[in-house]
Amino acid sequence: MDKIKIKNLNLYYGTFQALKNINLDIPDRKITAFIGPSGCGKSTLLKSLNRMNDFVDNCKITGSITLNDKSIYDINANILRKRVGMVFQKPNPFPMSIYDNIAYGSRTHGVVSKSKLDEIVEKSLRAAAIWDELKDRLKKNALGLSGGQQQRLCIARALAVQPEVILMDEPTSALDPISTQKIEELIQELKQEYTILIVTHNMQQAVRISEKTVFFLNGEIIESGDTEQIFSFPKDKRTEDYITGRFG
Amino acid sequence: MRKKFDEQLDDLSQEMIYMGNLIEQAIENAVDALIHKNVEKAENIINSDDKIDNQERKIESLCLHLLLQQQPVAKDLRLISSTLKMITDMERIGDHATDIAELTIEMANQPYIKKLEHIEQMAKEIILMLINCLKAYVTRDVLTAENVIKHDDKVDKLFYMVKKDLIQMIHENYDYGEQASDLLLIAKYFERIGDHTTNIAEWIIFSVTGKHEKIKDF
Repeated sequence: MDKIKIKNLNLYYGTFQALKNINLDIPDRKITAFIGPSGCGKSTLLKSLNRMNDFVDNCKITGSITLNDKSIYDINANILRKRVGMVFQKPNPFPMSIYDNIAYGSRTHGVVSKSKLDEIVEKSLRAAAIWDELKDRLKKNALGLSGGQQQRLCIARALAVQPEVILMDEPTSALDPISTQKIEELIQELKQEYTILIVTHNMQQAVRISEKTVFFLNGEIIESGDTEQIFSFPKDKRTEDYITGRFG
Repeated sequence: MRKKFDEQLDDLSQEMIYMGNLIEQAIENAVDALIHKNVEKAENIINSDDKIDNQERKIESLCLHLLLQQQPVAKDLRLISSTLKMITDMERIGDHATDIAELTIEMANQPYIKKLEHIEQMAKEIILMLINCLKAYVTRDVLTAENVIKHDDKVDKLFYMVKKDLIQMIHENYDYGEQASDLLLIAKYFERIGDHTTNIAEWIIFSVTGKHEKIKDF
């Protein structure tokens, strides 16, 4: 089943067309990797999926994006962003305690019960495979954590509001190899319950963790398919040239 | 954009050509030593086999280095993994040239029971196959590799001719038995060299197209 369906999507920043006639279906509970050189539109598409481009002046979008067959423009933007969470390149914990970071989203959505919040915090930190490391320091400031821990905290924060889709924009590019490995393992665990889209510049990471890969170039999708097929026998020469490092 | 990797792949290609030349030379020498009962040449083939084995190790380590350093994908990955498979067949060809040289030394002090023109022809066909294999490897030419595979039928036919002749000779005179079995082994070694060369051609096709030719049953 396809969780997200994108049809004839065009996106303009002023007169610059950043996405050109994008047609793409995102399978449910699978990991889809977006690859391509910088400025090719992959992050722009990612941000379109939870309407973060609404914040950008002069951004015009045509075409359709549906979540469970319902247009994302017919869903309240705050609700949409609860259902489609996002993890960024640099970990961005709020300057508050670990506990409050995780509870923040639930509180803004009206959860006030201490026991309920305790449950959400523990469940989210466990799901992000960081509970054992943090359970004795929940009241400590999140900014004191290592980069890898901060990123897993951000993933836990995204999970706390029980999203259906998680968008990840280069989530490990600022992390050391061990933290990267932990995040990759976590992402693979999470796909059992969530639909995951990940933008990555690390080809080997795309091979390791994703089932589907989409290659972007100059705002267009050049090729999409099973990750193994894309990295073994790409159909388009431009895909081959990019993944083998001949350009980009 | 990827100058160093391309240079490394060129180096790999040069090393493969060198190994190809070594085995081609070994087959040429093996058939020449056999026809002319040249024991010294046969001994040289045996002594030179280390060169082929060392070249296999060198290429193997170059491939592993490239896998580690460049983490290749797509056609780069196919080329390097195919090269690793090809050198095993190439090394076996070297071993068979040695096997032929050893039998040549054993038979050197006795007259041949028959003319060796079919065995000589087998060697010529195989050398042609090998030369074309190397050409196909360097130029990534699928058609040339496919022709190498087809060419192996000629070698197989010659082998069955040699086999039939030798069986006939044994029927006629049991005293021919010992040398006939040695000559049959030699013909079989050449036939196997043809099979290994066919395998190499199949890997060349895989490295270019990503598809395996039907593997023959030997």
